Amino acid sequence: MAENRAVFAVDHICRRVPRLKVRIPSVLYSYTKGISEVEGRGETVDDVLRDLDRRYPGLRFRIIDETDNIRRHIMIFIDARRVASLAERVEPPAEVVIVPSISGGK
Amino acid sequence: MKRVKHNSAFRVRLWVGTRKGLWTLTSDLARKKWTIAGPEFLGQTIYHAFPDPRRPNIVVAAAKTGHLGPTVFRSVDGGKTWKEAKAPPKFTPHPKTGERALEHVFWLTAGHASEPGVWYAGTAPHGIFRSEDNGDTWASVTGFNDNPMWPRWSHQGAGANPPDLPNTHSIRIDPRDPNHVYAAFSAGGVHESLDRGKSWRPLNQGVATVFPAEKDPEFFGNDPHCFVVHPANPDRLYQQNHCGIYRLDRPGEKWTRIGNNMPKSIGDIGFPIVVHPRDPDTAWVFPMDGTEVWPRTSPGGKPAVYGTRDAGESWKRLDSGFPRSQSFLTVKRQSMGADNADPVGVYLGTTSGDIWASRDEGARWQRIAQSLPSITSVVAFRA
Repeated sequence: MAENRAVFAVDHICRRVPRLKVRIPSVLYSYTKGISEVEGRGETVDDVLRDLDRRYPGLRFRIIDETDNIRRHIMIFIDARRVASLAERVEPPAEVVIVPSISGGK
Repeated sequence: MKRVKHNSAFRVRLWVGTRKGLWTLTSDLARKKWTIAGPEFLGQTIYHAFPDPRRPNIVVAAAKTGHLGPTVFRSVDGGKTWKEAKAPPKFTPHPKTGERALEHVFWLTAGHASEPGVWYAGTAPHGIFRSEDNGDTWASVTGFNDNPMWPRWSHQGAGANPPDLPNTHSIRIDPRDPNHVYAAFSAGGVHESLDRGKSWRPLNQGVATVFPAEKDPEFFGNDPHCFVVHPANPDRLYQQNHCGIYRLDRPGEKWTRIGNNMPKSIGDIGFPIVVHPRDPDTAWVFPMDGTEVWPRTSPGGKPAVYGTRDAGESWKRLDSGFPRSQSFLTVKRQSMGADNADPVGVYLGTTSGDIWASRDEGARWQRIAQSLPSITSVVAFRA
């Protein structure tokens, strides 16, 4: 079906890079100017987050630390499956969903 | 003491970091009426917000939320607008220290007067970072962060970290020499560098330690809570340590426990220590209960600042205006400050969200704000 077909863009080196829907939690709205759903490009979760960081500078470090681990109180899903590694591959029509964990209370 | 001349434009501004945002309180020289503004960054923990004494319109703030990682925000218009740092502090992998992830930026210090644009940040895990562009991009001070001693300073693997992580704090620059940098860090002690952070030496002789695992407390195990270099006499150092209040006069190397001169019923445990901007013999502390399970609240539920006018040889209780009973206040290490007016204003913020001010060097106290979130820092500044 057309809506399930991968959508491709041509990047600066003329490589075809998949585009995915990324759901943004409110804690990151200051980066996306309040937009809850953005487009990310890449073949892995890492690619997608780095692409987002190019357009929304600083976003990645708030959810991924400098050892490339997902921060303790952040979860990332590909559709309903929780991501364990940023190297996990992701393909349209799957969505990447960033979710703050239910934690805190201080 | 030299008298200070003020003009009518003089204002004092308190930059108040809290568990849930940043506020300012501003007053004229009389310091009787305060105007509160904020919050900025509502919901974010502001560990420290610091205006640049060299260019007061520049303010740098260390932020983190419950979910998101640490970052730094900057303002170039005195706090009207803010922008995130392009490259906030972050660790780089090193073969001896391994991979480390920054938990939060805890402390900010503007650099030497001769180095406009330079800033230092102290972090948890232990780390020092330096910016040369007014806090927009930060680089690791590798002489500290990749120091072969770093794993021991950090008690890596020993399970000895304090509940809220060990913090690097109290980064102080000798006003006579930009290369002479001091830093204090939890369970590591006070250290100094004479080469702008390339190498470090301990400065902990005479300081008590409660950590028996370390056989040489000169090098490890000391736990300074707040360390100050006196601006008018940079050879005069003070610290409020986990184990008491101390003074060191350089070139001496051995600290004197001036907290021994505090009343025994009060003790000399606390977090902050603040010095008079012009008189090296005057300092203030906020004692807290360090008995049994260390409640770290005002002893007996009766809050008081203690002040010394003779470099710690004697202390005077300064409690006029504070509640007389049932008031169990906690004041964190960055949450007490002084302005440079005459007489000096002294300020403290509590974890219960109140700000107390004295416009007469501690003689009388007045609550000037209440019901804010838990206060993490109070920086008094001439605005």
